[in-house]
Amino acid sequence: MAAYALKRLLQLIPVLLIVSLIVFFIVQLIPGDPVALMLGEEQRDPEVYQALRQELGLDRPIHMRYIHWLARVLQGDLGQSLRTRRPVFDIVLERYPPTVYLALAALVLGISIAIPAGMMAAVKQNTAYDYSAMLFTLFGISVPNFWFAMLLILWLGIYLGWFPTIGYAAPGTDFLGFLSHLTLPALVLGTDIASTTTRYVRAEMLEQLRLDYVRTARAKGLPPRLVFYKHALKNSLIAAITVVGLQVGRLLGGSTVVETIFGWPGLARLVLDAVYARDYPVLQGAVLLLAVGYVFINLLVDLLYKWLNPRVRLG
Amino acid sequence: MTRITGDSLAILFRNRLAAVGFLIVAAVALAALVGPWLVTHDPYAMNLAERLSSPSNTHLLGTDRFGRDIFTRILLGANIAMRVAVAAVVVAFIIGVPLGAVSGYKGGWFDTLVMRFIDALLAFPGRLLAIALVAAMGTSFFTLCVVIGVNAIPGYTRVVRAAVLVQKEKEYVEAARMAGESEGRILFFQILPNCLASVLVLVTLDFAHAILLESSLSFLGLGFAPPAPSWGLMLSEARGYMEIAPHAAIFPGLAISLTILGFNLLGDGLRDVFDPRQYES
Repeated sequence: MAAYALKRLLQLIPVLLIVSLIVFFIVQLIPGDPVALMLGEEQRDPEVYQALRQELGLDRPIHMRYIHWLARVLQGDLGQSLRTRRPVFDIVLERYPPTVYLALAALVLGISIAIPAGMMAAVKQNTAYDYSAMLFTLFGISVPNFWFAMLLILWLGIYLGWFPTIGYAAPGTDFLGFLSHLTLPALVLGTDIASTTTRYVRAEMLEQLRLDYVRTARAKGLPPRLVFYKHALKNSLIAAITVVGLQVGRLLGGSTVVETIFGWPGLARLVLDAVYARDYPVLQGAVLLLAVGYVFINLLVDLLYKWLNPRVRLG
Repeated sequence: MTRITGDSLAILFRNRLAAVGFLIVAAVALAALVGPWLVTHDPYAMNLAERLSSPSNTHLLGTDRFGRDIFTRILLGANIAMRVAVAAVVVAFIIGVPLGAVSGYKGGWFDTLVMRFIDALLAFPGRLLAIALVAAMGTSFFTLCVVIGVNAIPGYTRVVRAAVLVQKEKEYVEAARMAGESEGRILFFQILPNCLASVLVLVTLDFAHAILLESSLSFLGLGFAPPAPSWGLMLSEARGYMEIAPHAAIFPGLAISLTILGFNLLGDGLRDVFDPRQYES
């Protein structure tokens, strides 16, 4: 297991290098002169201009600039925001908690719907229950997050007035306010996760129910309930971990629209704000940290899956 | 894996959900093709006297905040959505398929390099890569197609590579080699046609992804600019008026959802026909 973990960790190095290359070059694609952009209209002093050009290393060839940038990134220096002049690293760190709260709430909600729904759909295959579960997954796959969010705002926020439709409250200062602000965005993302995961749990469960060990367990007289819950479900859940891991990635980056609609001050929102404000160091830093975070979450999911599933571990 | 034949189409339509999906897709495609000639209202003409009016006989689905006919704009929106989706899928196809094919067939350092690059593309969660690319390249029809296409490349490369890995061990490949055919001919004329069934499934599902991504980007102000009748943009514009004109927020969303549903149902149906083992994977 340790050897496998080490091997996977080493495999990540080239991937992370290419990720950093992509992030670096995306910003190089931006047309126009970054120095002029950073200095703004008011600053036209040629000496200042040259000094900043040198400081940014723009007088050097592009591969040297990449190496220089990478060396700084590895030391935790992601540069400064063009707007606020604060270190990008600090800005990104500040935005992590709201995104993590929302992601966790959505994950908990999604999984607690998906596991019973998917399992029951498989156990009662081809019944009205199964069809409604499948209808739910089709709904989740087809209805865009941002439209579902708008419908919820309209219904639960505006018509019924149950939840605030925009904003955020820190859990430390106003926990109830935090919960009420969290509800609608978590409902949107949670439904999204629930629909995909239900489909997966159902398929996995059907697969497990067809296997020999389930037949053996039934043949030796175990009650069906025990066979379903203890044996088949356990094995289906191990497989479902992979899909839940992938959802975390969707939550990290895919919540852009949801964070925007609900005015949730998370990372995805930070990326968008940086895009609108043309604050490229923030954009670069946030995208890089999100991607790196996602790569490591995937590694963890992969290792967890191997650890829980001895067949794969041996293979 | 099955090749695409008349029989497989018959099997496809026996699946009722897939048939529904096909009908929806056909309707959207038809709307995209002939919609511009069917419209009775000018999609851009503002008529402030009729702003935010509810559905009626003159305005089937009501009007938006500028008094523009929503039905007309949704019909023309089909054209926008399909144009972007087709172009994006073409971009992903012409880059992703050859990459995956050569990668699977050649193996070695080329394969390693391509797969690490694909892994890196997949390391950007969700829509993040698309947003960053749009931020860098600016918004235009061309950028949107490239950005959405780039997002879809990993899918094609992986699927084609996996299919080629299976096919290249088959006897007909050995036979072609014995007959003295060049490696390029074997790969592109013998092996690749046998991999197209899986790619067809992917193309169908990718139309759904492309339409979703385009509408999300337009919703965020990173796609089409006003006054283009993009469905996502229409929703974004309706946000501020939801309380007084919910219809403006409902119908464009329905159009997006139905279209995505259609492509998903069709794609799932095709997957069942062409590769039952891959089901739900």
